[in-house]
Amino acid sequence: MTVRVQQSDFDVGAELAALRGANPRVGAIASFVGLARDLNEGCEVLDITLEHYPGMTERALEDIVAQARQRWDVIDALIVHRTGLIAPLEQIVLVAVTSMHRHDAFEACRYLIDYLKTDAPFWKKERSPDGSRWVEARASDEQARAAWQRGEPRK
Amino acid sequence: MKLSVLYFARLRDAIGHSGEDIEVPADVTTVGELRSWLVQRGAPWSAAFAQVRPIRVAMDQVMAPDATRLRDGAEVAFFPPVTGG
Repeated sequence: MTVRVQQSDFDVGAELAALRGANPRVGAIASFVGLARDLNEGCEVLDITLEHYPGMTERALEDIVAQARQRWDVIDALIVHRTGLIAPLEQIVLVAVTSMHRHDAFEACRYLIDYLKTDAPFWKKERSPDGSRWVEARASDEQARAAWQRGEPRK
Repeated sequence: MKLSVLYFARLRDAIGHSGEDIEVPADVTTVGELRSWLVQRGAPWSAAFAQVRPIRVAMDQVMAPDATRLRDGAEVAFFPPVTGG
């Protein structure tokens, strides 16, 4: 398992190649990349500043990976999350999982990002032409997490 | 007991600083009691905790519900719901 919090950008291809390594048991890799958009709730976004709680952030991400490992047959998992100043079009987060079969990889990957959204101590501040504001947590993120806890299929 | 308190994001902006070392009286024994004790200190904590809701708490970097018993020397962080990813 690898969990990294960093200011610098990441190369998705290189990260996935490193994750799969030379393990011949890996039959599936599932990944998710979160990107910064230029529009949020109708407001133009000039850039985002990502704050985090050093120490707790890494630990929370490791806990989320450990939970995913308990639920699915995961060979390895990776989370890379950026902090600091991020502009539209830039990458924010990479979540990736390897497994023997695709079901575990897809499900665990979805689980990791859904739980990261509600449990990992990061906070976004958006700058728009009118000034800066802290992004509010979305009800849909809490609902996604709750659906995992109830064992329901995702929408 | 002595505690190290941290504030993040919008709550830090509302309070005006990112953290402080405090000493709480013997009757403050849980996370919930600490929250109330901070608010009763008055400005800026009272206004900040009223404006920024809900507030989550972590003790020694693990999420802590209000009933969690405080530990002497612990790091207690207060913050709004998270918005990463």
